Amino acid sequence: MEIRSHKFRQNAADALANEQLQNALAHVRSKFIQKRAKAVNNLKAFDTLRDNATAIKNHTLENLDVYLEIFEEKVIAQGGQVHWAATAQEARGQVLDICRRVPAKTVTKGKSMISEEIELNEFLEQNDITPVETDLGEYIIQLRGEHPSHIIAPAVHVNMDQVRDDFRKHHTHLPEDRVLEEPKSLLLEARGILRERFLKADVGITGANFLVAETGTSVIVTNEGNGDLTQTLPRVHIVLASLEKVVPTLEDMSQILRVLARSATGQEMSVYTTLSSGPKRPDDVDGPEEFHVILLDNGRSSMLGTEFQDMLRCIRCGACMNHCPVYHAVGGHAYGWVYPGPMGAVLSPSLAGVDKTGHLPNASTFCGRCESVCPMHIPLPKMMRHWREREFEQHLSPPSNRRNLKLWAWFAVRPGWYRLMTRFSHLGLRILSGWSGSIRWLPFARGWTRHRNMPGPERQTFMQAWQRHLVERRKS
Amino acid sequence: MSSPPNVAVFVTCLVDLFRPSVGFATVKLLEDAGCSVHVPIAQTCCGQPAWNSGDRKDTREIAEAVINAFESFDYVVAPSGSCAGMLKKHYPEVFAGDEEWQGRVTAFAAKVYELTEFLADVMKIIKFDYAVKADVTYHDACAGLRELGISRQPRALLDALIGIKRTELKDCETCCGFGGTFSVKYSEISNSIVSTKVENINASSAKMLLSGDLGCLLNMAGKLGRDGSTVEVRHVAEVLAGMIDSPPIGDRKQPRRDKIS
Repeated sequence: MEIRSHKFRQNAADALANEQLQNALAHVRSKFIQKRAKAVNNLKAFDTLRDNATAIKNHTLENLDVYLEIFEEKVIAQGGQVHWAATAQEARGQVLDICRRVPAKTVTKGKSMISEEIELNEFLEQNDITPVETDLGEYIIQLRGEHPSHIIAPAVHVNMDQVRDDFRKHHTHLPEDRVLEEPKSLLLEARGILRERFLKADVGITGANFLVAETGTSVIVTNEGNGDLTQTLPRVHIVLASLEKVVPTLEDMSQILRVLARSATGQEMSVYTTLSSGPKRPDDVDGPEEFHVILLDNGRSSMLGTEFQDMLRCIRCGACMNHCPVYHAVGGHAYGWVYPGPMGAVLSPSLAGVDKTGHLPNASTFCGRCESVCPMHIPLPKMMRHWREREFEQHLSPPSNRRNLKLWAWFAVRPGWYRLMTRFSHLGLRILSGWSGSIRWLPFARGWTRHRNMPGPERQTFMQAWQRHLVERRKS
Repeated sequence: MSSPPNVAVFVTCLVDLFRPSVGFATVKLLEDAGCSVHVPIAQTCCGQPAWNSGDRKDTREIAEAVINAFESFDYVVAPSGSCAGMLKKHYPEVFAGDEEWQGRVTAFAAKVYELTEFLADVMKIIKFDYAVKADVTYHDACAGLRELGISRQPRALLDALIGIKRTELKDCETCCGFGGTFSVKYSEISNSIVSTKVENINASSAKMLLSGDLGCLLNMAGKLGRDGSTVEVRHVAEVLAGMIDSPPIGDRKQPRRDKIS
């Protein structure tokens, strides 16, 4: 996916002007927040579980190499194969090799953000293999030729009328006069079409919410059951997972599971939690003949040992974006790459380069709500600030901003000069306000006054008034 | 009786420039609470603009100056959760790894309080001997709420004030879209966020909006003013101090309120 994060300002302006998108985002603003709050309030141990989940991931990240090797051994012992991919290109190559050997014409896919990250669908199509997204939201945006705008609700930006139009446009083999008024009729139509695809697929590709080292198990959570059909019906199952998905034990996984769905959708558990350990064994009634795990690095190992290591605790619940005022305002596509919202604002610069995604860690009010709801206690605002520090050090922030900042800082450590500067600023603001209570136009902050007034200052600065007050006090 | 605590007021740069009334209200509240109040002349700003722009070097210089000017007092109190949060929570990060400053910054940070937090939790204020008639709602400014955990204190103080009718604001914990330089750098997004906030303010029955941070108040007052709303905007300290004779933030033409006592 082409990185469009450098056009964030324009993307955001377009999003703000898109009435349909704004209506869809109102839904995120209310529903996700309420559901999470309810689920969290219903579980007294939630904060303890958060602490446990955080500790488990911290321990795993400190020993990542060890647990990944244990995971690999266990997968191999069960008859599966593990492929290590340093880059997106390597991972794509590994998927293609497997598909060519099968040989595969169509692959079904469970929801996977790693697949988005390595741009797998486009690549498979270029190689004459048809990828079919089977998560309903993913299926809808695949028909529309779009990318997910949210990591757990990929089509949250689309409304029902649009889905109906898309289905009529693409499902041309169905009667034109069919009734598609209810969400249920849309769901049934999608299900009918996907059932056929599931049965025809040669390879099934899923992501992984967890990789359990002690058992060599990959785990996905879904609400539609599409993941199970994707991985059990085709002859070959490929798991696409990034390195940091590994956890030591099943017990560790279950601890984190308890905070995952509550943080994401407000469910106690997702409808399906599916564990796969290797290919079909002789006694199994179903399952794939081949089981492959592709372990993607793509920049993650270089985050270890840096101020961004904590980001690797992320379990992709989406709570940060569900509670983010900036995400609420502009939606996910404006962020211009795979991962939107606060987690994207930290992760994207790590994976795609801060030179290309520099807007993202800056486009935050630092309200801190993301950190306050993050089930893994990831200090997201702090890490966005770390990116701003890198940008400042590397002179990536605009020169005019740097100059103004330096000038202001010069005054800020010289109280006498600072007093003088504030008196001039005060006078300037008073003049601009026409000695009234508000300013309608500010030369250095036109962005502000384009949309709102700037309240005018009172008659004197505090320091002036305070000196006068002290003199009067002494007199009396 | 022990001697009154020596409290230094960190006025904040925005109160200094825009709204001295908040500074005077702060001084009055602290004096009424029995504190010996000081306003160190060497103060300028807490350094947040530099800190949030990734400029560690300038932040460090400013932080050193602030600590030098304030560390000799028993307490440092700011009428702002954002600036108090900077002094209390972020300064230790600014000096992280610097053994020479570690002890000083830790001792300094422990003395810092946001105003309503200080009044309610340290000075244990539970009543006022005057009444203020106002119909208010309170917006939780983000830094105070999430960095310092301030939510109960301003509400308890307002409820202790006779004459106050207080209603809760829908989504009072959601950001107003200010975010310091964010409001200018990403003004379109900031405007969208504050527009949602203003819808909630207008939908409440309250006639006066209060909060504990002047940055957020300037933002919300500016938007309410541009929209022609009649809701008055004030810093919570002004109401708590009973100092609501001055015109509200952003409008000098509003009718004056009656003070009953």
